[in-house]
Amino acid sequence: MSISQIIDGKRVIVKKPELLAPAGNLEKLKVAVHYGADAVFIGGQEYGLRSNADNFTLEEMAEGVQFASKYGAKIYVTTNIYAHNENIPGLEEYLRGLERVGVHGIIVADPLIIETARRVAPKLEVHLSTQQSLTNWKAVQFWKEEGLERVVLARETSAEEIRQIKEKVDIEIETFIHGAMCIAYSGRCVLSNHMTARDSNRGGCCQSCRWDYDLYKLEGDRAIALFDENDDPFAMSPKDLNLIQSIPKMIELGIDSLKIEGRMKSIHYVATVVSVYRKVIDAYCADPDNFVIRKEWLDELDKCANRDTAPAFFEGVPGYKEQMFGVHSKKTTYDFVGLVLDYDKETRIVTLQQRNFFKPGDEVEFFGPEIENFTQVIETIWDEEGNELDAARHPLQIVRFKVDREVFPYNMMRKGH
Amino acid sequence: MKKPELLVTPTSVAHMEQLAQAGANAVVIGEQRYGLRLAGEFSRQHIVDAMHVARKHGVRVYVAMNALFHNDKVDELSDYVRFLAEQQVDAIIFGDPAVLMTVREVAPHMKLHWNTETTATNWYACNYWGRKGAKRAVLARELNMEEIIEIKKHAEVEIEVQVHGMTCMFQSKRSLIGNYFEYQGKFMEVQQMKYTKGLFLYDKERDNRYPIFEDENGTHIMSPNDICIIDELEEMIDAGIDSFKIDGVLHEPEYITEVTKRYRRAIDLCVEHREQYEEEKAKLFAEIEAIQPQHRPLDTGFFFKETVY
Ligand code: SF4
Repeated sequence: MSISQIIDGKRVIVKKPELLAPAGNLEKLKVAVHYGADAVFIGGQEYGLRSNADNFTLEEMAEGVQFASKYGAKIYVTTNIYAHNENIPGLEEYLRGLERVGVHGIIVADPLIIETARRVAPKLEVHLSTQQSLTNWKAVQFWKEEGLERVVLARETSAEEIRQIKEKVDIEIETFIHGAMCIAYSGRCVLSNHMTARDSNRGGCCQSCRWDYDLYKLEGDRAIALFDENDDPFAMSPKDLNLIQSIPKMIELGIDSLKIEGRMKSIHYVATVVSVYRKVIDAYCADPDNFVIRKEWLDELDKCANRDTAPAFFEGVPGYKEQMFGVHSKKTTYDFVGLVLDYDKETRIVTLQQRNFFKPGDEVEFFGPEIENFTQVIETIWDEEGNELDAARHPLQIVRFKVDREVFPYNMMRKGH
Repeated sequence: MKKPELLVTPTSVAHMEQLAQAGANAVVIGEQRYGLRLAGEFSRQHIVDAMHVARKHGVRVYVAMNALFHNDKVDELSDYVRFLAEQQVDAIIFGDPAVLMTVREVAPHMKLHWNTETTATNWYACNYWGRKGAKRAVLARELNMEEIIEIKKHAEVEIEVQVHGMTCMFQSKRSLIGNYFEYQGKFMEVQQMKYTKGLFLYDKERDNRYPIFEDENGTHIMSPNDICIIDELEEMIDAGIDSFKIDGVLHEPEYITEVTKRYRRAIDLCVEHREQYEEEKAKLFAEIEAIQPQHRPLDTGFFFKETVY
């Protein structure tokens, strides 16, 4: 299938990639879908990495699937641990459950889970997880012959390598576009196992790669420090992935699914990142030859970033500038302070759920898929009973105040600091 | 009772001869272009020479092709596999399915050992790769004794277990040592330092030293201790584990030879004279402890450790 066609004298992209977003719970799933994700990946109670992320029960998955289907969006479940013998009992039942509640596919690394799914839950699409660290076309060919619908490539593959893979093998390709990542080849790091007795390949990773170490050289019996007091210690912390500038190239390569990482991230993060990439993809596909990245998209992404970002391997082998030494995180510039529940057009009063402290006089920003971002200075705030408040200080409290422009449920309110 | 194979890692052809005399049954060799974390670098000519030594001493030769390959090397895999087939090496060690596909195409009778280091964690996966053509699975080091025994019980392929030496904890494609030097502004030293031996990361909190090195396959970080279970072999021998591996990566040849001798004796005794093994095993352990390099404490890896997740 060709990527683009000339329609009415203008080139347009006809093969639009899927925008795939993470969700750590039902609320995040709904936000991701509402903000424009074509598909969402979630974790179940078992068999997924991130054992400490909020994970979905089968009932919650069923509700998520229903919600997503109203938007035509798909749900995938990560079942990408490398299982030990003890994880085998219960697997069949778990996979049957996923099929029963209607999830579209699973993301898998272990052949145990691939073949068990085929056998007991054949309606589930099987996607090969990045945990398999797929880095070449011939390995992709192997998995195609095994009957998989899709593979997620290793994060170490470059644009040129992806082009070659696409050319040689006819299979859906999913790659990461945004979010935190392993600095090791995925599936090939057991630092956590050694340092904290937590199994990284079953979701126990404690990110030992982001700690500081001191580099020494052994000469005979003497250990010589390869740093001095003024130096930052040895670190392997990677900057987070950010491929917003490369989206056009990725679309032209025919990549089938563009994936945002971060099931642990807040709804504010999910909403912000999804909506920006939604806009980039839509704008490029509608008119690729006149496309330019807008500064406001870049600014918008920055509003939820708590680490520096970089394009990593897609654009070549990353050097030291794509790692973090000394400081490992930065402060976000914005706080998520409220979620819109309702808006009365007559009175211009918003009903909103408080998510962080704000008070009259604060300048806030609203954003969401139905609106262009705008700022608003908050005047009087009332609680549900109509009592005036000096501030919205209680988490999840329902409050009301005036907003000049129309806003919609699921729109978000953020505040700079 | 079946005697498990004693598999070791020579640093050179000459060293391989010593290891054969020390009682090794098989060796892992290869070059970093295709294999991961090898004790020595064996060019094609070295492999030819190694095969002579192997025939003379009745030692089996397994060649490592267990790197993660990017497209740029895929096309040359077949040439290397053909060469290995001509040399009649006993098996090829692979992790990447691209190698399996290549072997099917150009040397369908070649034996394959599946070794990804970290992902052989259950018996089903071992048998899966067996059905795809592997004769042997090399188990992940992060398994405990109970898990190993259970895998063996269900396995339709040979099972190899590392019983001694360092293990890999981490592999990155990035040049992490080089990047650090560049960050420090020591541009002149980058190339030089990247490939230097003896580098380690010090972890203050745990008082651990992790060897770190770079090669063609990226940056590798190794375990702070050497596994040594020379005094804990009974269960695995009784279970019929097929191969015990001593990994000598980053160790001196003399050290590897001495360790090989001790394991030769331990295995022979454990199979043939169990009582004598019980009497002597503490001494064998002590002898190895005595030759441990500084900063390389011994431990029992994950054999007796509970991991959570
Ligand atoms: S320690 Fe770092 S590289 Fe290793 S699994 Fe965890 S996040 Fe990935």
